[in-house]
Amino acid sequence: MKNKYSIFSLIKNAFSYHENWQRAWRDPEPKKEYDAIIVGGGGHGLATAFYLAKKHNMTNIAVVEKGWIGGGNTGRNTTIIRSNYLWDASAGLYDHALKIWEGLSQELNYNIMFSQRGVMNLAHNLQDVRDLKRRTHANRLNGIDAVWLNTKEVKSFCPIINTSPGIRYPVLGGTLQRRAGTARHDAVAWGYARGADSMGVDIIQNCEVKGIKRNGDSVEGIETTKGFIKTKKIGVVAAGHSSVIANMIDIKLPLESKPLQALVSEPVKPIIDTVVMSNAVHAYISQSDKGELVIGAGTDAYISYTQRGSHDVIEGTLKAILELYPIFSRMKMLRQWGGIVDICPDASPIISKTHIKGLYFNCGWGTGGFKATPGSGDLFAHTIANDEPHKLNAAFNINRFVSGDLVDEHGAAAVAH
Amino acid sequence: MFLINCPYCGERDQSEFSSGGEAHIVRPKQPTKLSDDQWAEYLFMRKNIKGVQFERWNHAHGCRKWFNMVRDTSNDKIHAVYKMAEKPPVK
Repeated sequence: MKNKYSIFSLIKNAFSYHENWQRAWRDPEPKKEYDAIIVGGGGHGLATAFYLAKKHNMTNIAVVEKGWIGGGNTGRNTTIIRSNYLWDASAGLYDHALKIWEGLSQELNYNIMFSQRGVMNLAHNLQDVRDLKRRTHANRLNGIDAVWLNTKEVKSFCPIINTSPGIRYPVLGGTLQRRAGTARHDAVAWGYARGADSMGVDIIQNCEVKGIKRNGDSVEGIETTKGFIKTKKIGVVAAGHSSVIANMIDIKLPLESKPLQALVSEPVKPIIDTVVMSNAVHAYISQSDKGELVIGAGTDAYISYTQRGSHDVIEGTLKAILELYPIFSRMKMLRQWGGIVDICPDASPIISKTHIKGLYFNCGWGTGGFKATPGSGDLFAHTIANDEPHKLNAAFNINRFVSGDLVDEHGAAAVAH
Repeated sequence: MFLINCPYCGERDQSEFSSGGEAHIVRPKQPTKLSDDQWAEYLFMRKNIKGVQFERWNHAHGCRKWFNMVRDTSNDKIHAVYKMAEKPPVK
């Protein structure tokens, strides 16, 4: 890394009033041709480029992004990281990501503020209790840390929760994954961008893909707002807009894009030192390092690319938050926003080759892609470089919708993220 | 969030309705003859259009009837609402 960040570089730059820091990444014009192009400069796309360069020696590659890097869902999520998924395939995928998260600040020489503050999932009815207990057992069999907490233990772990039996959806217990937590989402994009750039990857912002050129059964390049760029391998990591890219080349994906909303409050002193999620009432909450409460809602139940979402969804979420945490009844909300998430019928992602040679899709992360960023990038890079999936993402191929071998996380574990 | 003009009840809040996704996906006439690929196409594959899309909606908290709608998914503007058996409007 050309400009290593350390305590010494911090001190050195303090003497010049921090005015001489190098750019973290270049702003190059696209070359005529690359060995591979990643479409989408979010966390997943940048991580893919980083691992292509680092692990597979593919440095003549580019990431094209229609806006600015990390300006899509990477900057719009609630930054929750966990790996307590029910099915073996998902457990393998998400825990692979979690293991990379644990050393990522060091690997990138960039503080991504990864904080293993734990994630607690609440149970509100008998079926929740059974499902969550089953999930903790499944997690442990897969080597993922998980414990079941009864109501008293939930209260002692997070004292501001209202555990009174009289509320509409009483807290009957919950699961806790202590290795889970949060990270600074922008820093993840910036850290991967800086790392990829230092190995020679071109990160081209404000460059929108307008078409994909195809010659028979293989790809030849992309049409962009900055002209035609030739390449033999295209990795599409366009999140909510994956179908837009797919429609350019006339292939259909099993995706529906919906707005997912989140909101943050005014900043307050530390009040909640963990992440609490609830599938049944569909609300989740944590506190950012700035002190804002970060609150996540569910998706709107219709296809939309509007990046705003409906008021009634936010209202439902805040009702649940207030019943569970009456202490927040006077908090003021500062910002509310929506991101467009691409949801698969089985709520599991697609990291896959397609029937077109050299065209790869990494999509369908739905409402919970952030947590998988490093693992997703690593496995997608493997898939692109070798033209073969890694064993951890083999189950997440696009053909599972033909074979029927779905990884059904909707009903199982991952309704809320 | 928007208003939907139900062809049976009139204008109501969108939260009264549930979306049934892309419209005019015809149920296979001879399901037993379908290949796995054709089943996948019918069950799962969607255009998921950003722009003008034909879709089905159900007035779930009202008359509970199904109907069709033409909506621009990039700005949630509704261009037309028509009943199930009616022909879709030409663009």
